[in-house]
Amino acid sequence: MTMPTESPTLTASHPSWGPMLDVAVREVFELMLSCKLEVPETPTDGTPDITAMVGLAGQLCGVMSIQCSRQSAGLMASKMLGVEPEKIGPELCDAFGEICNMVAGNFKNKIAGLSDGCLLSVPTVITGNDYTLYPVSDSAALEVTLLFENKPIVISLQIHS
Amino acid sequence: MNSIQALIVDDSSVMRKIVERSLRQAGIELSKVFEAGNGAEGLAVLAENRVELILCDINMPVMDGLEFVKALAGVENAKGVPVVMITTEGSEAHVVQALSLGARGYIRKPFTPDQVREQVIPLLTVKA
Repeated sequence: MTMPTESPTLTASHPSWGPMLDVAVREVFELMLSCKLEVPETPTDGTPDITAMVGLAGQLCGVMSIQCSRQSAGLMASKMLGVEPEKIGPELCDAFGEICNMVAGNFKNKIAGLSDGCLLSVPTVITGNDYTLYPVSDSAALEVTLLFENKPIVISLQIHS
Repeated sequence: MNSIQALIVDDSSVMRKIVERSLRQAGIELSKVFEAGNGAEGLAVLAENRVELILCDINMPVMDGLEFVKALAGVENAKGVPVVMITTEGSEAHVVQALSLGARGYIRKPFTPDQVREQVIPLLTVKA
Protein backbone atom coordinates (compact mmCIF):
# COMPACT_ATOMS: atom_id res chain seq x y z
CA MET A 1 0.00 0.00 0.00
CA THR A 2 1.19 3.52 -0.74
CA MET A 3 0.71 6.24 1.86
CA PRO A 4 1.73 9.89 2.10
CA THR A 5 5.02 10.88 3.64
CA GLU A 6 5.39 13.69 6.11
CA SER A 7 5.06 17.10 4.56
CA PRO A 8 7.79 19.64 5.36
CA THR A 9 5.29 22.41 4.61
CA LEU A 10 2.83 21.14 7.19
CA THR A 11 5.55 20.58 9.78
CA ALA A 12 6.74 24.15 9.24
CA SER A 13 3.29 25.76 9.38
CA HIS A 14 2.05 23.71 12.35
CA PRO A 15 5.15 22.63 14.28
CA SER A 16 3.12 21.52 17.31
CA TRP A 17 0.83 19.17 15.40
CA GLY A 18 3.31 16.31 15.13
CA PRO A 19 3.96 16.17 18.90
CA MET A 20 0.23 16.60 19.56
CA LEU A 21 -0.58 13.69 17.28
CA ASP A 22 2.03 11.63 19.12
CA VAL A 23 0.47 12.54 22.50
CA ALA A 24 -3.07 11.92 21.23
CA VAL A 25 -2.14 8.39 20.14
CA ARG A 26 -0.27 7.57 23.35
CA GLU A 27 -3.16 8.76 25.53
CA VAL A 28 -5.65 6.52 23.73
CA PHE A 29 -3.42 3.46 24.14
CA GLU A 30 -2.61 4.22 27.77
CA LEU A 31 -6.18 4.96 28.85
CA MET A 32 -8.10 2.41 26.79
CA LEU A 33 -5.57 -0.40 26.34
CA SER A 34 -3.40 0.15 29.43
CA CYS A 35 -0.19 -0.02 27.43
CA LYS A 36 2.62 2.33 26.59
CA LEU A 37 3.81 2.86 23.04
CA GLU A 38 7.52 3.05 22.34
CA VAL A 39 9.54 4.99 19.80
CA PRO A 40 11.34 2.67 17.35
CA GLU A 41 15.11 2.95 17.68
CA THR A 42 15.69 1.73 14.15
CA PRO A 43 13.59 2.00 10.99
CA THR A 44 10.68 -0.43 11.16
CA ASP A 45 9.81 -2.96 8.51
CA GLY A 46 6.86 -5.20 7.84
CA THR A 47 3.87 -4.66 5.61
CA PRO A 48 0.73 -3.46 7.37
CA ASP A 49 -2.37 -5.38 6.32
CA ILE A 50 -5.11 -3.52 8.14
CA THR A 51 -5.96 0.17 8.01
CA ALA A 52 -8.52 2.20 9.95
CA MET A 53 -9.59 5.60 8.67
CA VAL A 54 -11.68 8.45 10.03
CA GLY A 55 -12.58 11.49 7.96
CA LEU A 56 -12.36 15.04 9.30
CA ALA A 57 -14.54 17.82 7.90
CA GLY A 58 -14.92 21.50 8.66
CA GLN A 59 -12.06 23.84 9.53
CA LEU A 60 -9.74 20.90 9.01
CA CYS A 61 -10.53 18.50 6.19
CA GLY A 62 -8.62 15.28 5.86
CA VAL A 63 -8.23 11.67 6.88
CA MET A 64 -6.72 10.18 10.02
CA SER A 65 -5.48 6.64 9.49
CA ILE A 66 -3.79 3.92 11.52
CA GLN A 67 -2.00 1.01 9.87
CA CYS A 68 -0.51 -2.10 11.39
CA SER A 69 -0.53 -5.87 11.07
CA ARG A 70 -3.78 -7.75 11.59
CA GLN A 71 -2.09 -9.56 14.46
CA SER A 72 -1.38 -6.26 16.20
CA ALA A 73 -4.95 -5.08 15.62
CA GLY A 74 -6.20 -8.31 17.19
CA LEU A 75 -3.98 -7.74 20.21
CA MET A 76 -5.32 -4.18 20.51
CA ALA A 77 -8.88 -5.51 20.48
CA SER A 78 -8.04 -8.12 23.11
CA LYS A 79 -6.53 -5.47 25.39
CA MET A 80 -9.51 -3.16 24.91
CA LEU A 81 -11.99 -5.90 25.74
CA GLY A 82 -9.90 -7.66 28.37
CA VAL A 83 -10.11 -11.05 26.66
CA GLU A 84 -7.54 -13.46 25.22
CA PRO A 85 -6.36 -12.61 21.67
CA GLU A 86 -7.53 -15.98 20.33
CA LYS A 87 -11.08 -15.13 21.42
CA ILE A 88 -11.19 -12.01 19.25
CA GLY A 89 -13.42 -12.44 16.20
CA PRO A 90 -15.51 -9.95 14.24
CA GLU A 91 -15.02 -7.29 16.92
CA LEU A 92 -11.43 -6.81 15.69
CA CYS A 93 -12.43 -4.28 13.02
CA ASP A 94 -14.90 -2.54 15.34
CA ALA A 95 -12.21 -2.11 18.01
CA PHE A 96 -9.55 -0.98 15.54
CA GLY A 97 -11.94 1.56 14.02
CA GLU A 98 -12.82 2.88 17.48
CA ILE A 99 -9.13 3.35 18.29
CA CYS A 100 -8.72 5.45 15.15
CA ASN A 101 -11.88 7.37 16.03
CA MET A 102 -10.58 8.16 19.52
CA VAL A 103 -7.16 9.18 18.17
CA ALA A 104 -8.79 11.55 15.67
CA GLY A 105 -11.10 12.99 18.33
CA ASN A 106 -8.36 13.32 20.90
CA PHE A 107 -6.09 15.05 18.38
CA LYS A 108 -8.66 17.59 17.25
CA ASN A 109 -9.66 18.34 20.83
CA LYS A 110 -6.05 19.34 21.50
CA ILE A 111 -5.90 21.89 18.68
CA ALA A 112 -7.34 25.29 19.56
CA GLY A 113 -10.45 25.99 17.52
CA LEU A 114 -10.73 22.54 15.99
CA SER A 115 -12.80 20.97 18.72
CA ASP A 116 -15.83 23.02 17.74
CA GLY A 117 -14.95 23.52 14.10
CA CYS A 118 -14.25 20.00 12.92
CA LEU A 119 -16.49 16.93 12.75
CA LEU A 120 -15.52 13.27 12.47
CA SER A 121 -16.92 10.60 10.21
CA VAL A 122 -17.68 7.10 11.40
CA PRO A 123 -14.57 4.88 11.09
CA THR A 124 -13.81 2.71 8.06
CA VAL A 125 -11.54 -0.34 8.26
CA ILE A 126 -9.77 -1.87 5.25
CA THR A 127 -8.02 -5.22 5.38
CA GLY A 128 -5.26 -6.23 2.97
CA ASN A 129 -2.38 -4.20 1.59
CA ASP A 130 -2.82 -4.16 -2.16
CA TYR A 131 -4.19 -0.65 -2.54
CA THR A 132 -3.00 2.91 -2.95
CA LEU A 133 -4.35 5.98 -1.20
CA TYR A 134 -4.31 8.89 -3.65
CA PRO A 135 -4.17 12.23 -1.86
CA VAL A 136 -5.63 15.31 -3.52
CA SER A 137 -3.14 17.63 -5.14
CA ASP A 138 -2.91 20.27 -2.38
CA SER A 139 -2.70 17.83 0.49
CA ALA A 140 -0.09 17.60 3.22
CA ALA A 141 0.54 14.88 5.75
CA LEU A 142 1.85 14.14 9.20
CA GLU A 143 3.04 10.66 10.03
CA VAL A 144 4.02 9.11 13.35
CA THR A 145 5.43 5.60 13.75
CA LEU A 146 5.36 3.97 17.18
CA LEU A 147 5.80 0.47 18.52
CA PHE A 148 2.89 -1.41 20.04
CA GLU A 149 4.12 -4.59 21.74
CA ASN A 150 7.31 -4.22 19.65
CA LYS A 151 5.38 -4.10 16.38
CA PRO A 152 5.08 -0.90 14.32
CA ILE A 153 1.91 1.08 13.98
CA VAL A 154 1.79 4.03 11.60
CA ILE A 155 -0.54 6.93 12.33
CA SER A 156 -1.09 9.39 9.49
CA LEU A 157 -3.01 12.61 9.19
CA GLN A 158 -3.62 13.48 5.56
CA ILE A 159 -4.82 17.07 5.32
CA HIS A 160 -6.80 18.43 2.39
CA SER A 161 -7.21 21.98 3.58
CA MET B 1 -25.75 1.51 46.47
CA ASN B 2 -28.26 -1.01 45.14
CA SER B 3 -27.67 -2.78 41.88
CA ILE B 4 -29.16 -0.98 38.91
CA GLN B 5 -30.31 -1.55 35.37
CA ALA B 6 -28.47 0.51 32.74
CA LEU B 7 -28.89 1.25 29.05
CA ILE B 8 -25.76 1.78 26.91
CA VAL B 9 -26.32 3.33 23.49
CA ASP B 10 -23.36 3.24 21.09
CA ASP B 11 -22.97 2.06 17.51
CA SER B 12 -19.78 0.20 18.46
CA SER B 13 -20.44 -3.09 20.24
CA VAL B 14 -16.84 -3.02 21.47
CA MET B 15 -17.38 0.39 23.05
CA ARG B 16 -20.62 -0.79 24.69
CA LYS B 17 -18.68 -3.63 26.33
CA ILE B 18 -15.91 -1.23 27.43
CA VAL B 19 -18.44 1.18 28.94
CA GLU B 20 -20.12 -1.70 30.82
CA ARG B 21 -16.76 -2.91 32.11
CA SER B 22 -15.84 0.64 33.19
CA LEU B 23 -19.11 0.93 35.12
CA ARG B 24 -18.35 -2.30 36.96
CA GLN B 25 -14.75 -1.18 37.58
CA ALA B 26 -16.16 2.06 38.97
CA GLY B 27 -17.92 -0.01 41.62
CA ILE B 28 -21.42 0.22 40.16
CA GLU B 29 -23.41 -2.98 40.56
CA LEU B 30 -25.33 -3.75 37.41
CA SER B 31 -28.22 -6.18 37.65
CA LYS B 32 -28.91 -5.87 33.92
CA VAL B 33 -27.38 -3.98 31.01
CA PHE B 34 -29.44 -3.22 27.90
CA GLU B 35 -27.53 -2.39 24.73
CA ALA B 36 -28.62 -0.34 21.72
CA GLY B 37 -26.76 0.49 18.51
CA ASN B 38 -28.40 3.89 17.99
CA GLY B 39 -30.96 6.24 19.51
CA ALA B 40 -33.93 4.58 17.86
CA GLU B 41 -32.96 1.21 19.29
CA GLY B 42 -32.47 2.88 22.65
CA LEU B 43 -36.02 4.27 22.56
CA ALA B 44 -37.30 0.79 21.69
CA VAL B 45 -35.56 -0.62 24.77
CA LEU B 46 -37.07 2.10 26.97
CA ALA B 47 -40.56 1.43 25.61
CA GLU B 48 -40.41 -1.96 27.34
CA ASN B 49 -37.97 -1.47 30.20
CA ARG B 50 -37.20 0.85 33.07
CA VAL B 51 -33.53 1.67 33.75
CA GLU B 52 -31.75 3.76 36.38
CA LEU B 53 -28.92 5.03 34.15
CA ILE B 54 -28.41 5.80 30.46
CA LEU B 55 -25.01 6.21 28.80
CA CYS B 56 -25.04 7.43 25.25
CA ASP B 57 -22.66 8.17 22.37
CA ILE B 58 -23.33 11.17 20.11
CA ASN B 59 -22.20 10.16 16.62
CA MET B 60 -24.42 7.27 15.59
CA PRO B 61 -26.35 6.30 12.47
CA VAL B 62 -30.18 6.38 12.23
CA MET B 63 -30.68 8.53 15.35
CA ASP B 64 -27.74 10.30 16.96
CA GLY B 65 -27.24 10.84 20.67
CA LEU B 66 -28.52 14.42 20.75
CA GLU B 67 -31.76 13.47 18.99
CA PHE B 68 -32.09 10.55 21.38
CA VAL B 69 -31.69 12.72 24.48
CA LYS B 70 -34.24 15.15 23.07
CA ALA B 71 -36.70 12.32 22.43
CA LEU B 72 -36.34 11.03 26.01
CA ALA B 73 -38.49 13.91 27.25
CA GLY B 74 -41.53 12.05 25.96
CA VAL B 75 -40.57 8.63 27.30
CA GLU B 76 -42.26 7.62 30.55
CA ASN B 77 -39.56 5.06 31.45
CA ALA B 78 -36.85 7.73 31.10
CA LYS B 79 -38.40 10.29 33.45
CA GLY B 80 -35.80 11.28 36.08
CA VAL B 81 -33.24 8.86 34.68
CA PRO B 82 -29.77 10.43 34.48
CA VAL B 83 -28.19 10.46 31.02
CA VAL B 84 -24.42 10.67 30.57
CA MET B 85 -22.92 11.26 27.14
CA ILE B 86 -19.75 9.29 26.32
CA THR B 87 -18.26 10.48 23.07
CA THR B 88 -15.16 11.46 21.10
CA GLU B 89 -16.88 14.75 20.28
CA GLY B 90 -15.32 17.17 22.72
CA SER B 91 -16.67 20.40 21.35
CA GLU B 92 -18.08 22.95 23.75
CA ALA B 93 -21.11 23.29 21.47
CA HIS B 94 -21.90 19.59 21.75
CA VAL B 95 -21.48 19.63 25.53
CA VAL B 96 -23.74 22.66 25.92
CA GLN B 97 -26.33 21.21 23.55
CA ALA B 98 -26.34 17.82 25.27
CA LEU B 99 -26.69 19.37 28.72
CA SER B 100 -29.42 21.76 27.57
CA LEU B 101 -31.37 18.81 26.16
CA GLY B 102 -31.29 17.04 29.50
CA ALA B 103 -28.00 15.12 29.73
CA ARG B 104 -26.55 15.25 33.24
CA GLY B 105 -22.93 14.40 32.47
CA TYR B 106 -20.38 14.28 29.69
CA ILE B 107 -17.35 11.97 29.36
CA ARG B 108 -14.85 12.30 26.54
CA LYS B 109 -13.26 9.23 24.97
CA PRO B 110 -10.62 8.07 25.76
CA PHE B 111 -11.68 7.75 29.38
CA THR B 112 -10.71 5.95 32.58
CA PRO B 113 -12.96 4.11 35.06
CA ASP B 114 -12.14 6.92 37.51
CA GLN B 115 -13.69 9.47 35.16
CA VAL B 116 -16.76 7.25 34.83
CA ARG B 117 -16.97 6.97 38.61
CA GLU B 118 -16.67 10.76 39.10
CA GLN B 119 -19.43 11.46 36.59
CA VAL B 120 -21.85 8.64 37.30
CA ILE B 121 -21.79 7.93 41.05
CA PRO B 122 -23.11 11.37 42.12
CA LEU B 123 -26.00 10.98 39.70
CA LEU B 124 -26.98 7.64 41.21
CA THR B 125 -26.81 8.77 44.81
CA VAL B 126 -28.66 12.08 44.32
CA LYS B 127 -31.92 11.72 42.47
CA ALA B 128 -33.00 14.47 40.07
